[in-house]
Amino acid sequence: MAMLEVKSLSISFGGLRAVDDFNVVIEKGQLYGMIGPNGAGKTTVFNLLTGVYKPDTGKILLDGKDITGKRTIEINQAGIARTFQNIRLFKELSVLDNVKAGLHNHHTYSTLEGILRLPRYYRVEKEMDERAMELLKVFDLDGEYDYKASNLPYGKQRKLEIARALATDPKLLLLDEPAAGMNPNETAELMDTIRFVRDHFDMTILLIEHDMKLVSGICERLTVLNFGQVLTEGETAQVLNDSRVITAYLGE
Amino acid sequence: MSFLSYLINGISLGSIYAIIALGYTMVYGIAKMLNFAHGDIIMVGAFAIFTMVSTLGFPPIAGVLFAVVFCTILGVTIERVAYRPLRGTSKLAVLITAIGVSYLLQNLALLIFGSNSHQFTSVVTLPNLKLADGALTISSVTIVTIVSCVVIIIALMMFINKTKVGQAMLAVSEDTGAATLMGIDVNRTIAITFAIGSALAAIAGALLCSAYPSLTPYTGSMPGIKAFVAAVFGGIGSIPGAFIGGVLLGVIENLSKAYISSQLSDAIVFSVLIIVLLVRPTGILGRQINEKV
Amino acid sequence: MKKTKNKIRIQNLITYGMVIAAWVIIEILIQTGHISSLLKGLLVPLCIYAILAVSLNLTVGILGELSLGHAGFMCVGAFSGAFFTNVAADAIPSTGVRLFIALLIGAVTAGIFGLLIGIPVLRLKGDYLAIVTLAFGEIIKNLINTFYIGIDSSGLHFSIKDTMSLGMDETGVVIIKGPQGITGTPKAATFTIGIILLLITLVIVLNLIHSRTGRAIMSIRDNRIAAESIGINVTKYKLMAFSISAALAGVAGVLYAHNLSSLAATTNNFGYNKSIMILVFVVLGGLGSVRGSVIAAVVLTLLPELLRGLNDYRMLIYAIVLIVMMIFNSSPKAIAMRAVLRERFMSKKTKEAA
Repeated sequence: MAMLEVKSLSISFGGLRAVDDFNVVIEKGQLYGMIGPNGAGKTTVFNLLTGVYKPDTGKILLDGKDITGKRTIEINQAGIARTFQNIRLFKELSVLDNVKAGLHNHHTYSTLEGILRLPRYYRVEKEMDERAMELLKVFDLDGEYDYKASNLPYGKQRKLEIARALATDPKLLLLDEPAAGMNPNETAELMDTIRFVRDHFDMTILLIEHDMKLVSGICERLTVLNFGQVLTEGETAQVLNDSRVITAYLGE
Repeated sequence: MSFLSYLINGISLGSIYAIIALGYTMVYGIAKMLNFAHGDIIMVGAFAIFTMVSTLGFPPIAGVLFAVVFCTILGVTIERVAYRPLRGTSKLAVLITAIGVSYLLQNLALLIFGSNSHQFTSVVTLPNLKLADGALTISSVTIVTIVSCVVIIIALMMFINKTKVGQAMLAVSEDTGAATLMGIDVNRTIAITFAIGSALAAIAGALLCSAYPSLTPYTGSMPGIKAFVAAVFGGIGSIPGAFIGGVLLGVIENLSKAYISSQLSDAIVFSVLIIVLLVRPTGILGRQINEKV
Repeated sequence: MKKTKNKIRIQNLITYGMVIAAWVIIEILIQTGHISSLLKGLLVPLCIYAILAVSLNLTVGILGELSLGHAGFMCVGAFSGAFFTNVAADAIPSTGVRLFIALLIGAVTAGIFGLLIGIPVLRLKGDYLAIVTLAFGEIIKNLINTFYIGIDSSGLHFSIKDTMSLGMDETGVVIIKGPQGITGTPKAATFTIGIILLLITLVIVLNLIHSRTGRAIMSIRDNRIAAESIGINVTKYKLMAFSISAALAGVAGVLYAHNLSSLAATTNNFGYNKSIMILVFVVLGGLGSVRGSVIAAVVLTLLPELLRGLNDYRMLIYAIVLIVMMIFNSSPKAIAMRAVLRERFMSKKTKEAA
């Protein structure tokens, strides 16, 4: 069974069909890319998948379970986590606390146990600290665990967002332009990290990206969006050589 | 007939709220701040007239003119000294400073005029209007208030839509950064906004105290809050919204005073506000803003 | 990681220690008779305002929502607590026990109000939320002013007209008398009780902040959309923070009611000006800084009293201090100027050292 199956997803804003009859099938463990010119509707697809917008029509199946029209937090609990194009960290919280916030639904104790500092508070907080540090290590952020998130350099902020998303223990990870604003060295390093995350966590990943080096370097399959519609879909190399894709990007 | 007179008085009270609300709404739209001291400018205006007319014996019209000039200068000064240094910092910092300014104005007035209530002489000296063989009397203050409000709204809308300064105000309220890039002097535009708002507050002070002649350093406080509610009610940032909000608020307040309970009238006014905001979170004429993800 | 944990613990201990030290010093001064009656009268109010500031900080600093109706929750707590103390006067003779139960009742009632008001209100954002909380505070004050509640042999009687329309028999006692409010509440609040309640408030708020719940609340403050994306129930935690904040304001209200012999819902006691005053404490103390809230509440409550010698000018000075402090603290120019001065000072120091 596919990890994610999307059938004829559509949404309109005013008169504009931002996403029109979008279909995709992503297998478990796949590294899947979504590309397309600016304004093609890529982020809108992410917003539909994560329940920020409710689709007008269509169906979203995660690991065979229908999650269409569910709320964002339900979808996260069902197993989709994401990052954002414009970084959305908890700026005033420490790096560690950003990840621990992601562990919120997996390591629990009640508010009262927290206020009264019952033994369970200490036990669970310790578990959370350990788990969060493990995740930070993966992204080489463990040295900066007590920094305020907003004080991290840009590239590390992007990584922290991925770490936070992974903390929610998702089945499917959505990355919205993870390499945006990175220099070639950082991008190369990020590619290794994404591959590592896929292998280490046995993760399925769907990413939006403009950096063709990254896309061709790590994505196994691609979907190309243009004007809200799927232009083409298939193996990465094949799609990137498609003349229609080149036209969509470069014009006639 | 009594319903009609309650209604007219409500519209008149609402017109005063509307004139005050204009100041709130313009400042909010352009400087994105809640100017809590705006209500106290009304009180300053009223005291300026009181001093000119009752103490120094000038004619009422001279008093009003003096108050308008005085409040305009005061408003611009407050903006320059207290608010401008904080522009672009946290909203809360500006809010607290505005509260400080409000305390300052109240306590200055307290120091100069004392806490006792002063009898304000109406600036409107026209005779009252008697209709339907004396069954319905409309006071001249009421008529002048409503007419002033309508004239001010029309003038203000023409000013904003037809003049260069007005267009600059619109541009700053839309996008301060872009307005700067287009060569608009943002500081000057905001100063002009404060000047207009404060001048209107002086007029509101004259009308308010002509209708309700007891004047204390706290006179502006409650009408200020109510006008602010009116501005939010109508959709803050919108000039027709301030008018609709103000008039509706005045009418609701007066009718509930007359027919339900004078003690509960404030509670009713505030309840209506809450209901409106729950149905339309940005007020009657406010624009919906969706956060981009 | 231990280091960070310890840092938080030490910071919290400093806060508690500060309060306890203040209590010890004041108690010694009282015992030795070195304290003016004016200051003595301020001791319980100081605790009340500190509790109010800390609890409002939970809404404004930690949750990040501007509330201008905190005095409304204080009002609810004051009236429900004082009502109980008066109704139970015969059933429970000990004022101490009654105060204890009244505190619980005040907290729960104010908390429930916080929840009920929070459900519709917390959907709004920023300034709209502020104005609606202000409106709620005014409504609560207004409504309580119209209540007449009495008790007689057949039970409770309620009216919104006057005492007569309660229709009680000859055993009847009016407890809430409309605009006159509640009179005859025993003055059971003491400085020690106030300090204990302040300490409890501090433990609740500080432990809450440094827990899973606190993290969830602050994540909503920093980025609501991201918080939702990692499965945090935004509505639930907003409501939780708001109603805990209201419940603690209720506690302060009960204390307030038991520090006065007559309690009325006047504009001075529970109007929006009171809410604003508490907000001023919170902002000047530093958003999110619990210790700052306590210090600001104490300093700003004492300031007008210390300026009493200046009589007519004291509120004027208070206003100017407020404006100057805000500009000095927040204006980018003032911050830059402070940095320059600090540098100059530091370089002087190093020169001297060399």
